[in-house]
Amino acid sequence: MSDTKPAIADTKRVSRSTERFREVGLLAFIVVICVLVQIRNHNFLTLTNIQDLLANTAILGILAVGMMMVILTRGIDLSIGATIALSGMVSALTVKAIPTMPPIVSILEGMLVGLAVGAIIGVTVARFNVLPIIATLGFMNVFRGLTYLISGGAWVSSYQMSAGFQRIATGSIFGVGNLIIIAVVIYVGYAYFIRHTKTGRQIYAVGSNPEAADVSGLPRKRIVWLVYAVMGTLAGLAGVLWVAKFASAQSDTATGYELSVIAATVLGGVSISGGSGTVSGLILGTILLGILNNALPLINVSPFAQQFIQGVVILAAVLTNVLVKRNSQRIALRKRAI
Amino acid sequence: MPERVISIERKWSWKRFFLQWEWLLVLIFIVVNIVNSSLSPYYLSLSTFLTAPMSFLDIAFLVLPMTFVIILGNIDISVGSTVALSAVVMAVSFNAGLPMPLAVLLCLAVATTCGLLNGVLMVAFKELSSVIITLATMIIYRGVAYVILQDQASGKFPKWYSTFGWGNVAGIPVIIIVFAICALIFGLVLHMTSFGRKIYGMGNNLIASRYSGIKTNSIVIIVFTVTGLMAGFTALFLSSRMGSTRPNVAQGYELTAIAMTVLGGVSTSGGKGRLIGPVLAVFIIGFLTYGLGLVNIPAQVLLIITGLLLVVSVLVLNVRFGSRHQRPVVARAQPAQKGERPDE
Amino acid sequence: MRKIITVMTMIAVIMVIALPVALFAGGGTEQGGGSQPAASQKYAIVFKNTGNPYGDKQMGGFKDGIEEQGYQAILRAPDQPTAEAQIQIIQQLIAQKVASICIVGNDYDALQPVLQQAMAQGIKVFSLDSAVNPASRMTHVNQADSEKIGQTLIEAAYDMAGGSGEIAILSATSQASNQNLWISYMKKELEKPKYANLKLVKIAYGDDIRDKSVSEAQGLLQSFPNLKVIIAPTTVGIAAAGKVLTDKGLQGKVFLTGLGLPSEMATYIENGVCPYMFLWNPIDVGYLGAYTATALVSGKITGKVGDKFKAGRLGDYTVVKAADGGTEILLGPPFKFDKGNIEEWKSVY
Repeated sequence: MSDTKPAIADTKRVSRSTERFREVGLLAFIVVICVLVQIRNHNFLTLTNIQDLLANTAILGILAVGMMMVILTRGIDLSIGATIALSGMVSALTVKAIPTMPPIVSILEGMLVGLAVGAIIGVTVARFNVLPIIATLGFMNVFRGLTYLISGGAWVSSYQMSAGFQRIATGSIFGVGNLIIIAVVIYVGYAYFIRHTKTGRQIYAVGSNPEAADVSGLPRKRIVWLVYAVMGTLAGLAGVLWVAKFASAQSDTATGYELSVIAATVLGGVSISGGSGTVSGLILGTILLGILNNALPLINVSPFAQQFIQGVVILAAVLTNVLVKRNSQRIALRKRAI
Repeated sequence: MPERVISIERKWSWKRFFLQWEWLLVLIFIVVNIVNSSLSPYYLSLSTFLTAPMSFLDIAFLVLPMTFVIILGNIDISVGSTVALSAVVMAVSFNAGLPMPLAVLLCLAVATTCGLLNGVLMVAFKELSSVIITLATMIIYRGVAYVILQDQASGKFPKWYSTFGWGNVAGIPVIIIVFAICALIFGLVLHMTSFGRKIYGMGNNLIASRYSGIKTNSIVIIVFTVTGLMAGFTALFLSSRMGSTRPNVAQGYELTAIAMTVLGGVSTSGGKGRLIGPVLAVFIIGFLTYGLGLVNIPAQVLLIITGLLLVVSVLVLNVRFGSRHQRPVVARAQPAQKGERPDE
Repeated sequence: MRKIITVMTMIAVIMVIALPVALFAGGGTEQGGGSQPAASQKYAIVFKNTGNPYGDKQMGGFKDGIEEQGYQAILRAPDQPTAEAQIQIIQQLIAQKVASICIVGNDYDALQPVLQQAMAQGIKVFSLDSAVNPASRMTHVNQADSEKIGQTLIEAAYDMAGGSGEIAILSATSQASNQNLWISYMKKELEKPKYANLKLVKIAYGDDIRDKSVSEAQGLLQSFPNLKVIIAPTTVGIAAAGKVLTDKGLQGKVFLTGLGLPSEMATYIENGVCPYMFLWNPIDVGYLGAYTATALVSGKITGKVGDKFKAGRLGDYTVVKAADGGTEILLGPPFKFDKGNIEEWKSVY
């Protein structure tokens, strides 16, 4: 009886250090890449470049938060590119028609569109038990087609957008860009939510073992619906930010962007089989992907090698993670050797 | 006490037989054809049924092994990039002097190697899901294709090569014949061999299969390697139809292949599905796209229609049969011999 | 045993359904030989992709031109800018027995087999804007002389850089044939002694994707702090570069020119980031294509050098030799957009 206590304390320490190990591997990887790029091009670690990097990665980061929640529940969401396009187009068209619209209303409008989209997907997945990959694949096409239809194929250009609208993305508070502030706020809120609230823990539980969650009385269907609705809302927000940032709304906005978001999330150590993942890992994964996108044009490799390098880096980062984790597990097992 | 043999087989029922998902697909196929022919007078002709498949059957080659992959419970999103890479290698080597037949073999070899690499990575790093591995290889393979061919096109294949994509044998396009043969082989392997049964077993419960002595590692490697080989086939037919190739061909093929497979009733949770389903789904989506194209439906409307078709059909499937409801794995109970009690 | 019965039954039913349909259809096909009545003659245009207002305007011009002459126009575009998608569309058009196909190619060579098949069936095929190789077409409608486009853009860069300095090109995808043609003419132009002090430091590819073009533009500015001019001969690229330069407050230090949509570039021309840029009227390009189509179908021209025809309100045109060995029809010189006229053009397209 008395030796179970130390054993339990042991495992807690071990599991926490395992997770830290996982991120240390990723962090080391990022540092190494930064050093290598800086050697090639001294303009990499400059204030302007870092600001560009963070602003470009902010939208990716916001989406990664939603995607992490979805993946935690063993799901996936391929439709976010289409959601971005749809909400971006809707808010852009509204601003074109009503130039005096306050920016905050545009943001809310975009989030509402995203919420509607996410809710529909959530119902399909949670209530009708359609597999997430199918549901989001199908709806991706539907919403993309819808974007084409409501825009009539036309783009909304920057001269049709009010200055206030564009300043959503280009403005700054105390010198820090709006986009970065929004992203940080969302991350702080998310970190609190996922670790310290009941619903957050329930999300982990549902992904870890759905049947057990069901049997224990957790509101599994509602939670699954919730993650897709939140993902949709965040994608809707991202749509407004995107369109404001680039000052242009097109029907093919963000085509294929979902793969980048999934890559960032998985790079950050979120397991595709659900139930595990940390916010710090997510931040690192997103930053790594952002660095890749930013650094590749800077180092003078042939633009045709860019994709190859990206793929190799992702594979290397993921494999490194696995090897580090295996190593730490072996160490942990040895510690527990009786 | 009279002996009772408790059979755990379900009684044969015609109703249940015809309510199978695959029959619903046949029904959808008929409906699609009726709708198409009522929309356009050009649809109902022999040339339609023979020439339309030429455009969608190159993805169909990917659907066949994808069925195996998904039944296993995995997924492979790198197939499009494998197609691109093998096509590019073939074109570049041909234009560098390699005789065409050898270039064709090289294409298949490269594609198979890509698949093999996928399989080996999957087996070596079991912690990683197939999504992330094939995501990484998807980017890498296409990246290599870009490094090789950059922004050029490569082609100018010999005249006989275009018979792959365009040619006929006794009036039937070559691609249909080759696809039919492949589909037959895949169907036989899946349903009639122990290899196929093992795949179902692994899809249902990987750990149990491994402990039952099934060589799960070899099976995974074989399935992914074959996927690579079929991607090579797709590369051959695609480059034959276009007469040239670039690094950016076959983008998005993987998602279409997965959609067709899942529409065919193969569940991504693994362990369920039959080969005839995806084959029917291929023809459904293919003819639907062609038929609607004959009345010049704008591409965005077509997008919405195919998207809705996918979601609605799976929705119906789930509502009818329940999502986690599996057809019970039927064990044949041996009829008890006279004088023997069943539990002895 | 039961499984075999299931499978066999299924195969049998499928064959039972498919065979009579094919046989019935084979017997009942209208052969559609001979010429169709004029009003039902269909003229098709296939653009690169949907959701592109430039393409929509081009197709709109084509439609006007065709309907002006009393025929029916079919406007098609794939949702992805790939050659495979265009092949499928062309096959569907062949099945509809259209009189002519006007193709804006996503790939220079890949459409050759299918277009040759179309021509073998008597359909008149020509390309517009983005060419296909001479074996795939009867002629090509070019919005402006490609060499002139290259020359004009380099001249503009020279002017904006003040005679010397570093310049860079931000292009679309690496395989767009019109982009590569213009870039090659720009490089050729730079070899002239007049431009000895102008240095081309990089060609970046934004793939016509907005966020990638922004990253590439930012990368150019980071890697080449002395950059004077960015030439972006693509509508998405030039608008992306314009936004980047505006956000960084670089008007007056780094200049932008290229080919862009007046609607997208209005803000950046007005704020001075882009002193002037060029394009042509896509509506006119489409319109010229429409008349080329009817001229080919009626036999008035066959696409060889020296053929003349009248293109409605645009006037007379002559077929000339093209740089790639085929023939082409030129719309006219590129049109310059600057502060003076952007106001009136930004709402047109």
